[in-house]
Amino acid sequence: MVDVNVMLHELVPEHTLLSEEEAKKVLEGLKIKVDQLPKIRKDDPVLKILEMVEGEITEGRIIKVTRRSESAGVSVVYRMVVERVK
Amino acid sequence: MIGRGVSKRIKSIKFAFLSPEEMRRLSATKIITADTYDDDGFPIDMGLMDPHLGVIEPGLRCKTCGKKVDDCPGHFGHIDLAMPVIHVGYVKDIKNLLKATCRECGKLLLTDAQAKEYKKDMDRIGDSGGDFLDVMLVTKETAKDASKRQSCPHCKAVQRKITLDKPTTFREDGHKLTPKEVRERLEKIPDEDLIPLGIHPGIARPEWMVLTALLVPPVTVRPSITLESGDRSEDDLTHKLVDVLRINQRLRENRDAGAPQLIVEDLWELLQYHVTTYFDNQTSGIPPARHRSGRPLKTLAQRLKGKEGRFRSNLSGKRVNFSARTVISPDPLLSINEVGIPVETAKELTVPIRVTSYNIDTIKELIRNTVNPPEDLFYSAGVNYVIRPDNRRVKVTEKNAETLAESIDIGYTVERQLVDGDIVLFNRQPSLHRMSMMAHEVRVMPYKTFRFNLAVCPPYNADFDGDEMNLHVLQSEEARVEAKVLMRVQEHIISPRFGGPVIGAIHDYVTGSFLLTFRDSKFTREQVIKILARLDYEDLPPSRVEDGIEYWLGKELFNLALPKDLNIEFKASICQHCDDCKKKECDVDAFVHIKDGKISCGTIDEKAVGAFKGRILDKVARDYGSDRAREFIDTITKLALGAIMVRGFTTGIDDEDIPNEAKIQIEDLLKNAKREVDELVSAYREGILEQMPGRSLEETLEVEVMKVLGRARDTAGQIAGKHLGLENSAVIMAKSGARGSMLNLSQMAGSIGQQAVRGERIARGYWGRTLPHFRKNDLGAEAKGFVESSYKSGLAPTEYFFHSMGGREGLVDTAVRTSRSGYMQRRLINALEDLKVKQDGTVRNTADTIIQFKYGEDGVDPSRSIRGDAIDMDDILLEVLGERYWGLYTGEREKALASYGTQEKDMLSISFEEEEVEEE
Ligand SMILES: [Mg+2]
Ligand SMILES: [Zn+2]
Ligand SMILES: [Zn+2]
Ligand SMILES: [Zn+2]
Repeated sequence: MVDVNVMLHELVPEHTLLSEEEAKKVLEGLKIKVDQLPKIRKDDPVLKILEMVEGEITEGRIIKVTRRSESAGVSVVYRMVVERVK
Repeated sequence: MIGRGVSKRIKSIKFAFLSPEEMRRLSATKIITADTYDDDGFPIDMGLMDPHLGVIEPGLRCKTCGKKVDDCPGHFGHIDLAMPVIHVGYVKDIKNLLKATCRECGKLLLTDAQAKEYKKDMDRIGDSGGDFLDVMLVTKETAKDASKRQSCPHCKAVQRKITLDKPTTFREDGHKLTPKEVRERLEKIPDEDLIPLGIHPGIARPEWMVLTALLVPPVTVRPSITLESGDRSEDDLTHKLVDVLRINQRLRENRDAGAPQLIVEDLWELLQYHVTTYFDNQTSGIPPARHRSGRPLKTLAQRLKGKEGRFRSNLSGKRVNFSARTVISPDPLLSINEVGIPVETAKELTVPIRVTSYNIDTIKELIRNTVNPPEDLFYSAGVNYVIRPDNRRVKVTEKNAETLAESIDIGYTVERQLVDGDIVLFNRQPSLHRMSMMAHEVRVMPYKTFRFNLAVCPPYNADFDGDEMNLHVLQSEEARVEAKVLMRVQEHIISPRFGGPVIGAIHDYVTGSFLLTFRDSKFTREQVIKILARLDYEDLPPSRVEDGIEYWLGKELFNLALPKDLNIEFKASICQHCDDCKKKECDVDAFVHIKDGKISCGTIDEKAVGAFKGRILDKVARDYGSDRAREFIDTITKLALGAIMVRGFTTGIDDEDIPNEAKIQIEDLLKNAKREVDELVSAYREGILEQMPGRSLEETLEVEVMKVLGRARDTAGQIAGKHLGLENSAVIMAKSGARGSMLNLSQMAGSIGQQAVRGERIARGYWGRTLPHFRKNDLGAEAKGFVESSYKSGLAPTEYFFHSMGGREGLVDTAVRTSRSGYMQRRLINALEDLKVKQDGTVRNTADTIIQFKYGEDGVDPSRSIRGDAIDMDDILLEVLGERYWGLYTGEREKALASYGTQEKDMLSISFEEEEVEEE
């Protein structure tokens, strides 16, 4: 289905799917609604890989992205899954 | 998303065409004649200045709405065009429509099923929240697909190739289509076929893109002006409309008289030209319409477009009141927070003051002062206007001052002239960072320039070679408080760009600090009094006596500026970076050690107090707050200036004098270098030059030659430098960081060195040589731009030419760089301007969606960080370990740090981003 696993590339940071409970906690912590999060497209190559593991990821789920940061060492970002970016 | 602080959100904007009927409905009058005024100077009815179109002359009433000048909004008129013309703004759309529809039946060139499919696609995207652009993408696809079809699926008619001859001529298989024919085709397109093409037929029929009537804007949009001579001068738009009317008239006459087709067509094309240039006089493919003087006319598009257009010049940026602009000049005795303002300016600019029971008597006095200033004062503020509670403004004049003073009461407002201490905003363009606009306190002064402390030059990037600056007077209490808290100069000493000071000593302040503190420079009682005269200090440091002569040490005078508990240690600018630093025993007194606010050794120069690099400055601003930092800068400014003035300081070309034997030495050196180059060249020619890996033989030669000549220039500089010691003014400036560099000096005294264009030795010019002075294919030093002379000795003609080539490249580079970075900055700001950091540390946009979960990912404000880090480990260790920490040096110190925390970064490397000195 996919020829390349982009997740293995050194420039692609770690992506994980949050469970519904985790998602709720994150949103409560930030005191925001889902649509205030940055977005990630459902057809993003990374999501394709994630879907092979987690099954279909519907719009509105949250992906946690953990990456290296020049200033903070590690930085964590949450993204909402969308069909297409507005 | 409604409800989170956004009370109303624009859901959509609809763009539609004006139909000819709608234009006529909008129109207050039909315009039929090209004449504007009659012989008596009255506007002609149904002319371009018809009084139905609005009023521009005071006193007159509008014939349409009956209102006067400022109340009548102006009314449109219209011109009925004799023949239809294409609207330039829509040629692209017309072309697409012609291509996508049948030339016979006008239907979309797709089968009904295909059309339905595309329509469904559009709806799906619209329903799933796709925006306008996404929908338009589908319609484009539809049109493209339809255009490909060779014959109509409905009437089977064979389609022909539609081409566009820019700007407005359509052809079908090479045959010209008149606008009339184009319009007829567009009329044939059925409403339901427009929807898949992205046009809503209810508001925009495609045939309206071919004009049969032209809307004439109100006179208020194109006012005529009466010149001093009494002549009337018309707006460019009026001129253009006159052209349209004239040709329209002739076209109608010729057509009605049955003139030959050729003549009618010519006139028709001319009408098309005038209507086209009326919309956009920079349409490519046609010559711009010109005024009688030869100046191109400014028509509709030119009014809106570009930097001088309506948007960027009048809507995004506006002219304001309560502002002033004049030339700037320096005043080292002002505090960095102050700005000197000419009396004339101060008397023109005002601050509104509300009359209360507390200030009513003072204000009455002020009003009287306006016309009767107290004689013993250099300046006294008055009142320019009194504003009564009903908002009526009364100007204070000689005659009414006394009565006005009596009449004011609580609830009145007066516009008071500036007084010392008022808060104003001060700005120099280009405003590239937030320090380009800072709040200053007013000091009213004689003469006609704005003045400020030279320590504030770097943030504004100002000098005094004719620079002008703007000043704005704040008009409300909130604005003043906000400006004072957030924008005052002292709050901007540390730059958010690199976390170091941007305000600090420059030029003579650095030289002065150096002269004051270098080694054991001594000052007599008289000199000390002169230096300290303008200073506020508690105790004069005790004097010393040597051989019966009383003196003070400069270092001890400098201590007066330091906080009493300051501890710091660093290397000064003059440090020679010896391999084995002797620290306190430094040969050139370059090791600064300050304990409890007292300098025990070291020289104060750029590294201590300079803008961008000042370590003491940085520490004072961080640890003692902005008030103390302002006081520190104000003090060192005065100390440095006092020192430089009592000692005296000058530089001249004789500072670059070097003894004869040094000159001979340099000459020999350069001669040897040139010989070396010649040897390299002959080695290259004989083919015995050893090729460098990865380079061609030619490149190898160039690299080797550049190496040899570069080394020669440096050595020449060193030889010259040997004779230029720290007693030399030019050297003092270069080494202390005040101005200039040792390279500048060695180019003046020693040799200028190799000139380069595009990083290579100069190679362009004639065939095989740079100048006719040289033989063809000469690869030697002189023939390819090596300048042996010094600036002082003067350049040979060929050298001068090469130097100009290199110099020109530098100028072009800077010009290109500034324009490019300016545009980049504009784009960046447009993209980022409404992001803000919220209370919770997240960065959000106006829709309240998160852009960054923590500002900068680490949440650190760069202007409060220690060179990018949240905490200063160095400082904390010093605090904890005391002076013992100073004992642990380089290697050991780093080891101590490593064991202390797990911080990855190199805390000790004090690597300030070196500010490149930008030359004018
Ligand atoms: Mg200038
Ligand atoms: Zn009117
Ligand atoms: Zn057809
Ligand atoms: Zn040293």
